[in-house]
Amino acid sequence: MTWVNAVVQGILLGGLYALVAAGLSLMFGVMRIVNLAHGVLAIGAAYLALEVADRLGWHPFLSLLVVVPVMAAVGYVLQRGLLDRALRGGELAPLLVTFGLAIVLQNLLLEQFSADAQRLDVGSLGTASIRVTDGLSIGWFPLLSAVVGLLVVAGLGQFLARTRTGRAMRATSDDQEAARLMGIDNRRLYAIATAIALGTVAVAGVFLGSRTTFDPGAGATTLIFAFEAVVIGGLGSLWGTLAGGVVLGVAQTVGAAIDPAYGILAGHLVFLVVLAVRPRGLLPAAVAR
Amino acid sequence: MHRRTLPWGPLRGLALASAGVLALSSCGGGLGDDDAGGGDGDTLVIGYVTPQTGALAPFGEADSFVVDQMTEYFADNPIEVGGTSYDVEIVVKDTQSDSRRAGEVAGELINDDGADLILAASTPDTVNPVADQCEANGVPCITTVAPWQPFFFGRGGTEDEAFDWTYHFFWGLEDVEAVYQDMWGQVTTNQQVGALWPNDPDGNAWSGDFPGAVDANGYTINDPGLYENGTQDFSAQIAAFQGADAQILAGVPIPPDFATFWQQAQQQGFRPVIATVAKAILFPSAVEAIGPSADGLSTEVWWSPQHPFTSSLTDQSAQELADAYEQETGQQWTQPIGFVHALFEVAVAALEEAGSTDSQAVADALSGLQVSTIVGDLDWTSGPVPNVAKTPLVGGQWRAAEGGEHPFELVVVSNSEAPEIPAAGTVEPLS
Repeated sequence: MTWVNAVVQGILLGGLYALVAAGLSLMFGVMRIVNLAHGVLAIGAAYLALEVADRLGWHPFLSLLVVVPVMAAVGYVLQRGLLDRALRGGELAPLLVTFGLAIVLQNLLLEQFSADAQRLDVGSLGTASIRVTDGLSIGWFPLLSAVVGLLVVAGLGQFLARTRTGRAMRATSDDQEAARLMGIDNRRLYAIATAIALGTVAVAGVFLGSRTTFDPGAGATTLIFAFEAVVIGGLGSLWGTLAGGVVLGVAQTVGAAIDPAYGILAGHLVFLVVLAVRPRGLLPAAVAR
Repeated sequence: MHRRTLPWGPLRGLALASAGVLALSSCGGGLGDDDAGGGDGDTLVIGYVTPQTGALAPFGEADSFVVDQMTEYFADNPIEVGGTSYDVEIVVKDTQSDSRRAGEVAGELINDDGADLILAASTPDTVNPVADQCEANGVPCITTVAPWQPFFFGRGGTEDEAFDWTYHFFWGLEDVEAVYQDMWGQVTTNQQVGALWPNDPDGNAWSGDFPGAVDANGYTINDPGLYENGTQDFSAQIAAFQGADAQILAGVPIPPDFATFWQQAQQQGFRPVIATVAKAILFPSAVEAIGPSADGLSTEVWWSPQHPFTSSLTDQSAQELADAYEQETGQQWTQPIGFVHALFEVAVAALEEAGSTDSQAVADALSGLQVSTIVGDLDWTSGPVPNVAKTPLVGGQWRAAEGGEHPFELVVVSNSEAPEIPAAGTVEPLS
């Protein structure tokens, strides 16, 4: 039962990782931008949800009605104002820009909200669970975050496959020059992609902020696991990111079941093995070059 | 490309870990001794190193209050040293919770600011590199808010080979072991303890020391193994605790990890009778963040408004100091307030005792100093090892205060180790 429990909890954790990593995966898939500010942006969204929940007395999930559009708008402006310029500076420039952005944002959050730990209060949902058998309980909250992770990935996948804008994004990703010749405005598309990515980051931030406490520095851990999920799954592939998240989550929980010291290590090892054996990831991207 | 992106996250942690060593090698040599201890003629420069931002920032939350208070105090009350009256300048340096930076800023204080005396507080990660820097440069240094074992043994101190320039006051592992056992003994349990030790300096020290210390009293530590900070899933530990039917939980996790663990424990139906948790629930903000389920969690208490001590500088009682803090900042009192205040008390006492601003005289004064402060009577002549003075430790339980001034109040429930500190109740089992 220990192993069944470890795998089940790992899958649920993986769903959360996929939710967090979806935006990172999208931005890399479309623009080849590795967004190092991803984790801090998620924490920023959590703070925004906290403000909304505090001021209006809303449930954190209801606050998404405000937080998602705001973060999407931030994404649009960020891409137009900053990342587009950075992209013109070569491959390394966006990396440095997002790195700097992460530091600036983290310190702004610290100025604004202090270092006090915060948490979004989801009430009894946070601790409620379904008892399957002895030694196997499934928490409602982890289940919900995994389902939302799945839905976000599926939704993004449908968007890229079925809508005109989504197809244009894939075209731009495949061959920017040719896409522009076809009359596609790649800068507008990039801004939309970043807006969508940050919209998913907002959802991820609210779930992260509800499951444990967070402070302005909490983005770094978030970024590592999201990043590993993306790389394991295959850079730029959304379904790969879901698979990568689940592989990472299960590796961590099964590793921890062997010995708690191996939990995080097992995740890192799987990441390294995938990099060494299948550098393009488990499910290489349809949208990747 | 992704390989380039990796170093940011993991290496930050690595940098933190290996920092002390680097700080030493980068700043140790080549600095003239004449720079040290050379403040202006009639102004004493006291450097204060503390984590004000980053992961350890809650420890530094009381700093600006205490430093402002002290600046004001010294403006009205210059220090009398050997018949000369000195103005005091306090230079504060933020470590950003990075131990490498802690060593660097200590070096800056010594070489650029001409600090006569350096104070540092909060966790071995801050205290040790600062103390090492001072020891290397021959500048007197007073530190606190880190158990004394990592300060002394962690820096290579032995019974025979102590330090010349660096002095510390705080409690030690033996105290927290005694306090926790006293709290465990106040409730009826099967004496099975589930241990949540992280793989960091604290977790390593606790996991090595606790089993032997509690064995004699019939407690069994169930330690599933050290886990990494930042672990996102604790189902393995919870299953192990449930398997052993642990009715006591003990641990020294970082705050977000404990919040993750505690929420998952409830999902999985693990509910101990008593939970004694260090580090994660020291600060009211962290307890509030955990939410209603934090009601009844226990922790060690090093300072509270109920401590029956007064400041040797301002004559404030502990209660008055805490009240002043709450009034000034609008925030609930936290334990570091008293200890940061005491740092300045010790600094003044040492300078007055030395009767000179000469570094050697101040260090000599520190080695035999006895002073009554707002955290208790400190005595460097009777510590467990040279360079260390012990402070009293009691145990407390967080209780939800319905309609109270703050959502949670820390109630002292165990004073077996320090009977002079009044207990306001006994341990109530977790419901």
